Amino acid sequence: MNSAPRKPCTREFIRTFDKMTTDEQRFDYLLRLADSDLVLAQRLGEWIGHGPVLEEDIALTNVGLDLLGQARLWLAYAGEVEARFAGAGRSEDALAFLRDSGEFRNLLLVEQPNGNYADTMARQFYFDAWHRLLLVELTRSCDARIAEIAAKALKEVTYHAERSADWVIRLGDGTDESHAKMQAAIDDLWMYTGEMFDPDETEVALAEDRIACDVRALLPAWRGTITAILTEATLTVPEREWMQRGGKHGVHTEHLGRMLSTMQWMQRAYPGAQW
Amino acid sequence: MERSEWPLWEVFIRSQHGLAHKHVGSLHAPDSEMAIKNARDVYTRRNEGVSIWVVRSADITATSPDAKEPLFEPANSKAYRHPTFFPMPDEVKHI
Repeated sequence: MNSAPRKPCTREFIRTFDKMTTDEQRFDYLLRLADSDLVLAQRLGEWIGHGPVLEEDIALTNVGLDLLGQARLWLAYAGEVEARFAGAGRSEDALAFLRDSGEFRNLLLVEQPNGNYADTMARQFYFDAWHRLLLVELTRSCDARIAEIAAKALKEVTYHAERSADWVIRLGDGTDESHAKMQAAIDDLWMYTGEMFDPDETEVALAEDRIACDVRALLPAWRGTITAILTEATLTVPEREWMQRGGKHGVHTEHLGRMLSTMQWMQRAYPGAQW
Repeated sequence: MERSEWPLWEVFIRSQHGLAHKHVGSLHAPDSEMAIKNARDVYTRRNEGVSIWVVRSADITATSPDAKEPLFEPANSKAYRHPTFFPMPDEVKHI
């Protein structure tokens, strides 16, 4: 990687680093972390009652619940950071249920429809492998809250990554039909993976301040994991280089709006409703 | 395409407080590794365990219900085998 060498996370550094990046940027970054978790949790929730077997229905929903819990931690912190520059910060619910798709900052990968089980597992596999590497780095963030949330999430995500890789191997190295479906899913979603390693100015600046992670540095390890698992699964690693991007700036695929209308209708129809 | 069922597995969990793994139920899984993972998700959601065993149900040899009388009746009339006639020291644990 060719970004600046890491500055030490000393007390002097922590005292001055606020001057380089703003709370607005940090808020934006926290939304990115929160929204990918939240959107994927909602997608996994769509499988409830539709899983291929009872055990898998429970297991996949557990993963969704973990991600929802993580999204809540990121959103709660985002609301606190928002209060610092906007006077008042929005609640978790307001951020989750009252923003339109253009305000969502999630990766395009996680908003893609569930499709068949291979599609769901390919999406999970790509995301989990990246998510785990990201959280490992974020546990060393100079923002103590980010480091704390990352450490808690990492334990859950380490298991997610193991589970989705297991499924890719079993479906890839399974029957002819499962192999074909798994390869198709791996190929179809490939173009949404580039965005995970493509930081914008906000992310680069926050990474230099040791608040965020420079995602460019995660690519070799991610490629290594993906290649090892796909090889074990007797699958071919996609080679196409053209990648979709836009999620970090609110430019989404057509799938997100429809998903949000399902996710948000209750709060939209009955504002402030609680149960 | 032939649709074959995944084999059944018996799940044993060792709880925080016990030394022994206890049978908690069964589940379906394609292989032992996935059976462990499924058991984790189905049976340890509420922090029940510190260790999991899975055993293929087909590998368990069980007594036959018909053999109940010859196997277990004879022990009924031998009260002297029960350790109820002497005090148990407090230091002895896991009984």
